[in-house]
Amino acid sequence: MTEFEPISALVGGLLIGLAASLLLLANGRLAGISGILGRTLALESGQLSWRILFLLGLPIGAGLVGIIQGGLVTDVRASIPTLVVAGVLVGFGTQLGNGCTSGHGICGISQGSRRSIAATCTFMITAAAVVFMVRHVLGGSV
Amino acid sequence: MRSLFAALSGVLFGAGLATSQMTNPNKVLSFLDISGGWDPSLALVMGAALAVSAIAYAVVWQRETTFLGEALDLPKPSGIDRRLLGGATLFGIGWGLAGFCPGPAIAALVTGALPVVVFVGAMVVGTASFRYAETVRSNRNRPEPTPWRDLPC
Repeated sequence: MTEFEPISALVGGLLIGLAASLLLLANGRLAGISGILGRTLALESGQLSWRILFLLGLPIGAGLVGIIQGGLVTDVRASIPTLVVAGVLVGFGTQLGNGCTSGHGICGISQGSRRSIAATCTFMITAAAVVFMVRHVLGGSV
Repeated sequence: MRSLFAALSGVLFGAGLATSQMTNPNKVLSFLDISGGWDPSLALVMGAALAVSAIAYAVVWQRETTFLGEALDLPKPSGIDRRLLGGATLFGIGWGLAGFCPGPAIAALVTGALPVVVFVGAMVVGTASFRYAETVRSNRNRPEPTPWRDLPC
């Protein structure tokens, strides 16, 4: 269980919104992380350098905040085998469904895309059902 | 210039994820766990991000190019199909199991923690295997090339 921290959530959300807006207004691109990752791995020529720089920026930005705050909490409860299964599902599923929390959840919905709304509802409900199973039926973590 | 703005956008995105603690899987799972002690943080993060980017989309739709003169390269609107919903379901299962989605997982790599590295490694394998399967599928569906002897001279 974690505490609801509205200020940090609001400030963080505004920063994410600014980041997506910057990529859109300057480069005309959608800030969907899974799409950027997938096309980086596909080695699309001519588009590789900006995608790699964007992806490298993510840990750098998180690291800067970690320095300011004096640490970054990543409390992972899942076991290593579960993380392997989960990682493959997230990688494969986001490519098949053309987006993740950023691409569908933020960029897609902010354009009013019905497709993105459907995808976001689907992965939110599925994830909530899985969390319920793990925490309350299987008793904690897997 | 394009590279500079992409890097800046990535840094801002990562800073936003860390500030809102979305890089902490337990925080994400506490949002997804609606049965007790619910933490609504993720909804507020998404809402704030959505509000800002919706303004940017409203601005950009009225233009042919971006402020740098780049062409807009955005996904074309298409329908809701089985691939979309199937993919979102698989993603949802993985997200619920680990508490990581792609952005926060890549951002959290900065901690160097083993579970994060394992998750991102598996995610790269899942991503690449889809890309590979798609390539194989599109090659199989490609019509057979006409044998040379059938070509009109």
